[in-house]
Amino acid sequence: MVEQAMAPPARDINRRRLVLGAGRLALAAAIAAAVVVGLGLVRDPEGPARLYAFLLDLLGQSTAAAGLREDGLDPLHAKLTIMVIALAIGVGGVWALFAGLNSLVDLLGPTWSRRVRPYMFIGPAVLMLLAYLVIPAVATIVASFTEKGAPEKTWGYVLTSPEMWLAFRNNLIWMVVGTAGSVGIGLAVAALFDRIKREALAKVFIFLPLAISMVGASVIWRFMYAWQPEGEPQIGLVNAVWTAAGNEPVALMQVSSPPVNTMALIVIMIWLQTGFAMVILSAALKGVPSEVLEAARSDGANERQVFFRIVLPMIRGTLIAVATTVSIAILKVFDIVYVMTGGRFETEVIANRMFNEMFAFRNYGRASAIAVILFVAVVPIMIVNIRNLRRQGIGR
Amino acid sequence: MTALSRAGGASGGDRGGGRGGGRGTRAVRRFVGSLPLRAVVILVTVAWSLPTAGLLISSFRPADAIRTTGWWEAILHPFEAATQWTLANYESVLSADGMAGAFINSLVVTIPSVVIPITMAAYAAYAFAWIRFPGRSLLFAVVVGLLVVPLQMSLVPVLRMYSAVDLNGTFLGVWLAHTGFGLPLAIFLLYNYISQLPVDLFESAAIDGASHFQVFRRIVVPLSVPALASFAILQFLWIWNDLLIALVYLGTTDAVAVMPARLNELVGTRGEAWHILTAGAFVTMVVPLLVFLGLQRYFVRGIVAGSVKG
Repeated sequence: MVEQAMAPPARDINRRRLVLGAGRLALAAAIAAAVVVGLGLVRDPEGPARLYAFLLDLLGQSTAAAGLREDGLDPLHAKLTIMVIALAIGVGGVWALFAGLNSLVDLLGPTWSRRVRPYMFIGPAVLMLLAYLVIPAVATIVASFTEKGAPEKTWGYVLTSPEMWLAFRNNLIWMVVGTAGSVGIGLAVAALFDRIKREALAKVFIFLPLAISMVGASVIWRFMYAWQPEGEPQIGLVNAVWTAAGNEPVALMQVSSPPVNTMALIVIMIWLQTGFAMVILSAALKGVPSEVLEAARSDGANERQVFFRIVLPMIRGTLIAVATTVSIAILKVFDIVYVMTGGRFETEVIANRMFNEMFAFRNYGRASAIAVILFVAVVPIMIVNIRNLRRQGIGR
Repeated sequence: MTALSRAGGASGGDRGGGRGGGRGTRAVRRFVGSLPLRAVVILVTVAWSLPTAGLLISSFRPADAIRTTGWWEAILHPFEAATQWTLANYESVLSADGMAGAFINSLVVTIPSVVIPITMAAYAAYAFAWIRFPGRSLLFAVVVGLLVVPLQMSLVPVLRMYSAVDLNGTFLGVWLAHTGFGLPLAIFLLYNYISQLPVDLFESAAIDGASHFQVFRRIVVPLSVPALASFAILQFLWIWNDLLIALVYLGTTDAVAVMPARLNELVGTRGEAWHILTAGAFVTMVVPLLVFLGLQRYFVRGIVAGSVKG
């Protein structure tokens, strides 16, 4: 199709292209050099001070330059300088990369440049995927079987140790309760809000937590769950309501009390994810033709029957899509557990266990085996998701 | 009156448009009938907002007040002498607790980590969609297949590679990691959009003698702004809020720590200093909330589109 555009141009045009290409190439090379220098500056905490001193030297202000080299730059100023340099090289670098590559390909002449150009377009992405996903994934699988002590100390530990079984059990609770909670409440909210006038406004409140990080949400809920000894005023809303109802305050996340702690953590996830389920399910609900509902009602179906027998089956595909997506997110839950309990008080989950094995204990073999477990758990859910999307005729 | 009847609870909504209505008594009955529904809706929205509201209000209260009375007291008596509002928490968290530096670090990490993958993915998506070359469908299938791989599969080998080439704790290292992990979804989403652009555009550009590079820059990029914006917001949100990759590849030193990592440290070291934690948490949330409120449509679209990630 587009290839014909490259059909033999006149020779002088070709030469002009060559000159232009060489010029662009020189420019790209200069930018590449600047990027390398910039990367060096960003890595070095003294970099900004030295850069300014260098510039002052160029301007002939050698005393000021020497002073700057002595005292350094004030931290905020240095930080802002690093930011500007980093943004320039991070953003400019990738653009220069493609412009430079394109000029290189131009130099090849019409036939070869036509053959090579598509690979130049996909090349950087493919190389990044190889380096960061394909090769590491294979390396992780291999490592789980070949690290020292493998397989007894990697797979043996992962499959038989009580810590891991606790994590498996908790992850299962997370998946079932968290997914059911997010999707169930999301569906209920979508159906209810569908019937009011200020629907869009009401939805904003449910959706807003999606913008909040899991760390931020953990702080929010840590405050919600805050605990004071009995008799003192409760500053956490949950315990305030709980004690106002005549109960003793509950010290969540401070003692082992399965499964209460895990449940309290799952509440955070539900709070975060319900908005996601609501938005997608709400769109699906609006897609149910009103004629169908009217027909059912005129046949004498009540509202409950209409919802459970007609609406739900019609949005089944969307329900599955939302449930699989939420459950994958939940399966990989890390931040909430890490921030709130660090896995103590019987709240351990798989991803947190993996982080600790990798980062706290430097036990790469075990960490690799746990990663493979996560991968194996994600794949079937993804297959259900993809099959479901196909059945709906979404060309994804 | 139609407005009232359209809000009617029992009739299953207003999808049909100007249905219903009718005489006054019916409208009144419908209004009364819709009251329980309204109550439930208000209850749910309030319940969902209370946690964030508590955080926000507490962040403007002095440390002593937070420790001794519930934040709701400040709402119930907003102008009493006992309720002192203050900005001191923010001053402290931004300077003494290093949140200002972490904010800049977050910007340094996030912006290139959004721009680099989006650029690479857009070029790749264009090539996959509109240029024929050997190996195209196989490579594209592999890219889509990589959506399934959780990033935990990459953590250890990439950490080892970074130790070998001295990229641990550098901005460059974390940019590249976010790029690699974000690319499958980026290519997939942009391909879905770019491949749907009308064929005529490309044919007429070819007749005019435009090169692929020119077609990409002058036609594909400008026309793909909605898809680019949706993905940009999704990726921005994911990186700005990320803790895992920041901890593994960047660390928690002042020079590089991003806000989630810093906030997590505050939870560990100043766990009961609620005035610091609430203000700190709100500082981390400000940018995403502004993006959300300002670009709500793209935001929702991005979230919905991203729902295929493994």
